[in-house]
Amino acid sequence: MENRIKTLFVQKPQELLSVYFTAGYPNLEDTVPTILELERNGVDLIEIGMPFSDPLADGPTIQQSSEVALRNGMTIPKLFEQLKDIRQQTQIPLVLMGYLNPVMQYGVEKFCSEASEIGIDGIILPDLPLADYVREYKGLFEQHHLSMVFLITPQTTEQRIREIDSHTDGFIYMVSSASVTGGTNGNAVANTDYFQRVSQMGLQNPGIIGFGIHNHETFTEACNHASGAIIGSAFIKALAQEGSLQQNIQTFIQSIKQEA
Amino acid sequence: MKYTVDENGFYGRFGGSYIPEMLYPNVEELRQNYLLIMQEPDFQEEMQSLLKDYVGRPTPLYFAKRLSEKYNTNIYLKREDLNHTGAHKINNTVGQVLMAKRLGKKRIIAETGAGQHGVATATVCALMGLECIVYMGEVDIQRQAPNVARMKMLGATVVPATSGSKTLKDATNEAIRDWINNPEDTYYIIGSVVGPHPYPDMVARFQSVISEEIKAQLKEKTGSENPDYVVACVGGGSNAAGAFYHYLDTPEVKLVAVEAAGLGIDSGESAATSVLGREGIIHGSRTLLMQTEDGQVTEPYSISAGLDYPGVGPLHAHLHQSGRAIFESITDDEALQAVLELTRLEGIIPALESAHALAALGRIGAKPDETIVVNLSGRGDKDLNTYLDRFELHGK
Repeated sequence: MENRIKTLFVQKPQELLSVYFTAGYPNLEDTVPTILELERNGVDLIEIGMPFSDPLADGPTIQQSSEVALRNGMTIPKLFEQLKDIRQQTQIPLVLMGYLNPVMQYGVEKFCSEASEIGIDGIILPDLPLADYVREYKGLFEQHHLSMVFLITPQTTEQRIREIDSHTDGFIYMVSSASVTGGTNGNAVANTDYFQRVSQMGLQNPGIIGFGIHNHETFTEACNHASGAIIGSAFIKALAQEGSLQQNIQTFIQSIKQEA
Repeated sequence: MKYTVDENGFYGRFGGSYIPEMLYPNVEELRQNYLLIMQEPDFQEEMQSLLKDYVGRPTPLYFAKRLSEKYNTNIYLKREDLNHTGAHKINNTVGQVLMAKRLGKKRIIAETGAGQHGVATATVCALMGLECIVYMGEVDIQRQAPNVARMKMLGATVVPATSGSKTLKDATNEAIRDWINNPEDTYYIIGSVVGPHPYPDMVARFQSVISEEIKAQLKEKTGSENPDYVVACVGGGSNAAGAFYHYLDTPEVKLVAVEAAGLGIDSGESAATSVLGREGIIHGSRTLLMQTEDGQVTEPYSISAGLDYPGVGPLHAHLHQSGRAIFESITDDEALQAVLELTRLEGIIPALESAHALAALGRIGAKPDETIVVNLSGRGDKDLNTYLDRFELHGK
């Protein structure tokens, strides 16, 4: 079975733009139009956020978008229903990102099986510990050809990075600095020692930098240190602007790809 | 030791450490060091000295004669309400602030609901000269103004949690986010037996001084260190963990955990997690959790701000599932009745939280020759406005 994430990194090993958005935000039925518009504007990989009431690792922007999406009625069954024909419309790699509890309540096995059937390529569950993943779920994810993506931070030890690298086959999500999403702890891409340290480790998985990437400058800088970058909070803010969904997405992605 | 934590941080199937990678180094540092530090003689010496001379331990174990007559049994009250700052919470903050110092941390953060843990944290930070930031739900800040004032007086910064339902669970989320943003110099003092391993175990150990004292004091008073029942209220469950701790592996001592039923179990306004919760993940721990069918955490309700937590510590989830503890739930009205009863029979005004434990006395059905220890976890000063309103005592 084709792994769209692996193919992507082979075809485009550099300057890869990944965008995160919260499913069902700003409106419940915006999920699919957002995916299609992102692809049309040249985005390479999309992370679809599954909203949770208590998103520990997220800053205010994604917290608020999650609240809105939940109020709109977004749930995992609703999301899967929205995405059921997505592979007839686009082949862009799709990753689902969320927290463990809603997935656990849905049933991890059912979740994997249905996500795989839809054509989802990878999963990010920041609060699922590596050890639990390896012990309880790894077989299940592999059986359904879902790449499990793990986060690393500037504080993650080399030994642990290697362990993470050995248990995943998609990419490694390099959290830029110690912060929640959308963090503004200084310059998001200032930590060049960390990026260099990771790039010199010769990992089997490519890395993408996320958290705090918000404009052309930070995107370009991040791409100098890794295969690409992930933009989340800044994109969510752009979606809240006046104007149509299509216009907001187009304006934002253009501003990332080229200097204003 | 069937009921204490295993080497992976689990109590049966509950517990663990479900945290994002950003928190891993901090939690791992604590996990590797907490037992070693707690065993150091100079740590123990400093802690014991503070518990004795600063907190005021041991707290009395008081035979409540008139209350015993009313229920036709033998009732002892463990007087945690007589601790400095008015509740058991300070047993834990003294221990954890010393832990933070041993780990070289300069900045202390905490979450608080009713404000008791926030006050206990601000107190030990003042004592140790450490910066203190307390996260508190915006709604709770309005409900618990006297404790907000105490924290400010003690030099703490009180930061309103404005996300979600703006109460305890959201304050906990904000404290965790602060820790993610400040991974090097900051120590998070969790106030209950919740959160990722090793917090539930560490907090239970710091609170276990309660049952350690009960054993010695009861032996002195009755000749036996084992009562027939130990009764304590449970929100997150720290005072219950402390009161149960040294009895966990003594099955002849029945453990009674009392949750807040709010307006009633079926009213939709309740905090009785053991009845209304399902297994899930909250604040880094696998435990029983009040949630929607889709796994979104729901907001509990109780008149007592210290008991309205949507989860429960993983130890208690395990005690519930294994049948080791008996779980009762008490409504707002029953708790208020118990407040008045203790006040008028014994001259002790209990906290609303502790009143839930007292209200369970009538449910237990203890025999005349049996002995019950109730953990009186806190005093009622913070609840006086509620009491004056509910008992219509204004202007009398």
